[in-house]
This record gives sequence, C-alpha cells and structure tokens, in this order.
Amino acid sequence: MGLFILRRLGVMILTAICLTFIVFFLTNLSPNLEKLAKSEVNQRMSDDAVTSWLANRGYAQPLPVKYGQWLGVLPGYVIEGTDGTVRGRCIGQGMAPEDAPTFCGILQGDWGQSSVFKDDVGSIIATRLGLTGKLMFWVMVVMVPGALIIGVLAGMREGSRTDRSLSTVSILSTATPEYVSGVIFIAVFSSSAVGLKWFKGTATSAMDDITFANFTLPVLTIALYGMGYIARMTRASMTEVMTAQYIRTARLKGVSFGNIVLKHALRNALIAPFTVIMLQFPWLLNGVVIVETLFNYKGFGWTLVQAAGNNDIELLLGVSVVSVVVVLTTQLISDIGYVYLNPRISVT
Amino acid sequence: MEPLIWGEIIIRIIGQFTPVWIALIVLFAASIVYKRKLGLYGKLFDSTIGMIGFALVMFWVFTAVFGAMGMIVTHDGLQQFASMKNKVPGTFLDEEGVYNYYLLGGDNLGRDVFTRMVKGSWEVVKIAPFATLFAFMVGITLGLPAGYYGGKLDTFLSFLANLILAFPVILLFYLLVTPEIVATGIPVYMAGVLFIFPIVFMVILMNSRFYTQPAKRNMYLAFVLVIGAWLYLGIAWNADPLGIISFPANLLVVFVSVVFVNSPTVFRIVRGLAMDIKTRDYVAAAQTRGEGPWYIMLWEILPNARGPLIVDFCLRIGYTTILLGTLGFFGLGLSPESPDWGSTINEGRKLLSIYLHPALPPAFALLTLVLGLNLLADGLREESLRD
Repeated sequence: MGLFILRRLGVMILTAICLTFIVFFLTNLSPNLEKLAKSEVNQRMSDDAVTSWLANRGYAQPLPVKYGQWLGVLPGYVIEGTDGTVRGRCIGQGMAPEDAPTFCGILQGDWGQSSVFKDDVGSIIATRLGLTGKLMFWVMVVMVPGALIIGVLAGMREGSRTDRSLSTVSILSTATPEYVSGVIFIAVFSSSAVGLKWFKGTATSAMDDITFANFTLPVLTIALYGMGYIARMTRASMTEVMTAQYIRTARLKGVSFGNIVLKHALRNALIAPFTVIMLQFPWLLNGVVIVETLFNYKGFGWTLVQAAGNNDIELLLGVSVVSVVVVLTTQLISDIGYVYLNPRISVT
Repeated sequence: MEPLIWGEIIIRIIGQFTPVWIALIVLFAASIVYKRKLGLYGKLFDSTIGMIGFALVMFWVFTAVFGAMGMIVTHDGLQQFASMKNKVPGTFLDEEGVYNYYLLGGDNLGRDVFTRMVKGSWEVVKIAPFATLFAFMVGITLGLPAGYYGGKLDTFLSFLANLILAFPVILLFYLLVTPEIVATGIPVYMAGVLFIFPIVFMVILMNSRFYTQPAKRNMYLAFVLVIGAWLYLGIAWNADPLGIISFPANLLVVFVSVVFVNSPTVFRIVRGLAMDIKTRDYVAAAQTRGEGPWYIMLWEILPNARGPLIVDFCLRIGYTTILLGTLGFFGLGLSPESPDWGSTINEGRKLLSIYLHPALPPAFALLTLVLGLNLLADGLREESLRD
C-alpha cells in the first residue's frame, strides 16, 4: 500500500509539473506579454519600448529558465535594466538588491503580484478559496446525501415506479447544465416578473453573511448538476448488489427488506459512488466558475474568470496551480479510497 | 394592435414549426413500419424512453436544418428594431414587409428571440456531432493500440490522456480561445495534429481490410487519401487548393478545443473496452489465423465494442452541446452577434430580474436537446443490452 501511494504521488507530481509548464507556456506567449506591457505602461507604446520593458523585467529569458524561477528551483533573475535600475525577481519594493533572497518561486511561497487586483497572489487566492470553500461545503452537504438517497431508493427495487420516476429526475438533472438551471432558478424564484421573490438572484452579500435567501440558489444550482450523475451511479451499483447471491440468501433467511438494504446492501453499494463523488471535483470546479459568475459571488471561480479575462498572468498561474493540485489530490484520494474500500482489489 | 395572448402565441409557434412536425411524423411513421429491418435503430422504437429522446433530438435537428434553409424563422435574427427592445412575447411590430409579431418577444437590442433560438439550434447541430465524431476518431485511433498492446505505449498515452483530463475545462478554454493565443496560431497547429487522425483512421481501416486484394486496396486508399487531404487542407489550414472549403477561424478554434477536451475520455473508454475484448476467443482465433494486429483491432475488436460506443456517442454529443453553451456563456470564441444558445443565455441573464423572455427560450432549448440525447442514450443502452 505504501509503495502504491508513493508511486501515485510520483505520477501526480510529474503531472502537476507538466500541467503547470503548459499553463506557464501558454500564458507567457509573446502576444500575452506584449499585452501585459501595454496595459502596465500605456497602450501606445512603441515595439522597442515593449521589448526593453519586457527584457528589464526578465521576460526575455528562455522559457525553461523563467519556469524554473517561477517554480523556485532556479535563482531569480537580477537584471540591470537599460534605464539603469537593478531589478530582480526576488527584490521586493524598497528592498536593497543585496538583501533579497536567491530563490523566490511558488515553492518558497512567493506567488507573485496580481496586476489587476494590485495585491499578493497568495493572499488573493487564500481569501477567494475560503469563500469558495464555504460554497463547496454547502454543495456537498446538499448534494451527497441527496444523490445517495435518490440512488439507493431507485436501485432498491429495479423497474418499480419509484425507480422510473427517480431515474427520470436524475437524467433531467444531468441534462441541465449550471447556466441553464441557474437562469431558470433566478427567473422563477427571484425575478420581479414571476413575483415569487423567495431568494436573492445574486450571492454577493453571502460573501460576508450567508443567509438562506442569498445562498440557496447558488448551492442548489451546483448541487443539481452533479446530483443526477452520482445518483445514477449509486442506482447502478445498488441494482447490481441487490441481485447478488448473498442478498438472496439473506432474503431466504427471512431478513426484513429494510434490514437487507441498510445492513447488507448499502455498504457494498457505496464503493462505486465514493470514487464518483471524488472524481466529480473537476466538474464541480467548472460549476463553481459558472455559478460564481452567474451569481456574482467573488470566490475562486470568479477570480479565474477575472484573471483570464484581464491577462493577469501571475494570478492565472496561481489559480491554475491550485485547481490542478485540487483535481490531482482528489484523484489520488479516489484511487486510494477505492482500493481501501473494495476488498476484491489488491495493489500488491 | 394589441399584443397576442398566450394561447395565440402558442398556436402561432406551433404553426411556425409545421415543416418540423411533418418531417417528424414522416420519419416516425417510416421507422415504425420498417423497424424490424433496421437493426439497432429499429429496436429503438420498442422503448418509450428511446422514442421520446429520439423525437426531442430530431425535433432540434429538423429545426436547425429547416431554420438554416430559411423556414420556421420569422425574422432575420440580426435585424434590430428599436421599438422592440425587451418587449414581451407577442408584441405587435408595425413594419412593412416583415412578420408582424415578435412571438417570443425582443431582446435588449430589439432582435427577435424566437428567430435567434431557432438559428441557435443550427450553431449546435453544425458543430456538436462533428466535433464528437472527430473526438471519437482520435480516441479510437489511439485507444485501440493502447488497450491491445498495453505496455509502454499504454503508459505513455494514458499519462497524456490523464494530463488533459486533469485540466479544469474552463481554464483550458480560457487559455486556448483568447484572441492572443489564436494570434500565435497554436489552435491551428492543434487542428493540424488532431484532424490528421480521421485520415489515419480511415487509411488503416481500409488497408487492414483489403490488404490481401492490392488492386481494390489501392483504389480505396487513393480515394480516401485524396478526399481526406482535400478536406484536411481546407478545414485545418484553410488552404483548399480548389477554394471550395473554408472554415471560419473562430469556429475552428471552438471546434478544436471541444475535440481536444473530449478525446481523452473517449480514449479511456476505448482502451478499457479493447483490454476487455482482446481476451475473447474470437480474437485468439484471428491471431491464430495470422491476421495483422490492426485488422484485429479495427475489424474484430471495434465492431464488438460498438454498443457502449454508440451509447457514449449520444451522451457525448449532449456533453459537447453543454460545452459549446459554456463557451458561449463566457463569450469565448464565437462572435458577439452569434445566435448560439450559450451567448443568448449570457446576454439575457443580465436583465433577468425584470425581463425573463430573452434568456428562457434558449435555456429550455438547450435543456430539451441535451435531455433528448440522454434519453436516447438510455433507450439505446436498454435495447442493446436486451439481445
């Protein structure tokens, strides 16, 4: 088991390096850098000015070197610019060049400076991630039990009327992407045209103070899309378990139906949904981006859109690192959990 | 003139869709009569769920095709009438030479919502199936050898697939579909790589089948290569020597990114199926007969994996539709005037608390199409498991 986890961790780190390098490459393409220079200085800069501005700030170095510096495995550049000032990656404002540390990449916890929010990327991401964490917590609280209950009820008696109607509900919910269900929810529950006005159509106020009125719709919107999929997986796994030999044995012994479902079937039926729930994280991340944009909730997904839309290179890199790490970690947990929960699979 | 009441609006909309109803009735009547002779497609008409799904899908396909031909739509879709800004459904339009009502109201620029919804279906129907098909070609061409040979090749290809799968889709879209990246030409190079797979697939398919009949093989191969190269040059590089095929640059970017996002999942499915099927007796029999590996992969394994693949194909078209909507929702790739559903939902949501009608029709359209595809996949799965 230990070796298995170690090998998975190795692959995970390799994947993370590859992915961040791809993002780094794409964000550091010359049109992006040119746009950055022009937005930082002024739009009508001459091409020479752009080149020297970029060279003075270390952008003209070869890509692997820049990536190494950003990661923190190569010493940060120190360049005496064409205008005579000495600039270095690690030299902060008001710091003498001699005092600056040699390495300052994300490994050292230095995530750079956001050009849009004029703030440290690390602190921006920490705040935003906290806000999204709250959203995700409530999504999980709604989604996981809901999906499992629907799935177990549907799979308990295959082909029954409950099964048919619950399966239709879960198909309907997988067919409704967040931007559709969100729009429908806002229209029905918060617009003045319908007039119900039960909930608020924006979640901006939920950033300080979560209430039932301002947080229900975003949570419901994300939960609904993932719920159908998990419910279908649970149903499939439950129907499979319910036809197994040991369930028939239990029935023939005269165990009551409720006891069979709860004590005999449920544990084995929940192995598959567990991995599915874990693998839902990348999709949830998508949902978070859409819902945070739709409801104007300034969390992690909203930051991603802002960073990408405004060519904020450092922030976008930081956001990508976090999302890639989240996705890979959940995959790892899902793999380990699957092996741990399922006695039929052995890694040794 | 008074605006129409809801009953009149519904009747008029149903009337506008007349060609679609006729086409649907003809299709269903013909299919039900000949269903015993139509294989899996015919069996679909034994399952209610499958029939409902198929009807929903075909409704939008016919709407898209007839809409693109100029039927069904009531207006131009781009023409703006200042007096019709945000007007409720059924508002009377006092202009010469145009349809006199906005059946589903006007959007914030005074365009007809109904027409834009119909035109939006064409945007989906012309991209989603082909993008999915391309993704399948890529996934099959790489997934079969990965599953069949296993070993280092499998490790390497699976690593690549997992790499793409670990990318949050929206981040990938933002990185690929921005004007700066398009300016560097990276999407075109990606198209250059991805679009070669269908040709490779067809060539291997033909070659492995007719290897023993060189004359026939050469003819087929020449045919595939000429047509393939022509389409490839036209679509990927926009360099068709005859000048017939051209592919709008922004559409190409959307197409490429959707194919790119979908193919790793297809790869994983095909790889899993190939690993399962290669242990069967008929594969061993073919190996003993001395058939080549590609013949076994494409003519023994692939036909036997068709059930799950067809089901996944339907689901994946639905997923591609959702992805296209996501792109539109974030205003990526497609032009701002584009009537696709994602963009219209995005425009409509800004005024959602006051005016519902611009955002809801495209939302329901997208919902019903994806629901139809899901139901269709469910029906197919049920029917293909039955035998």
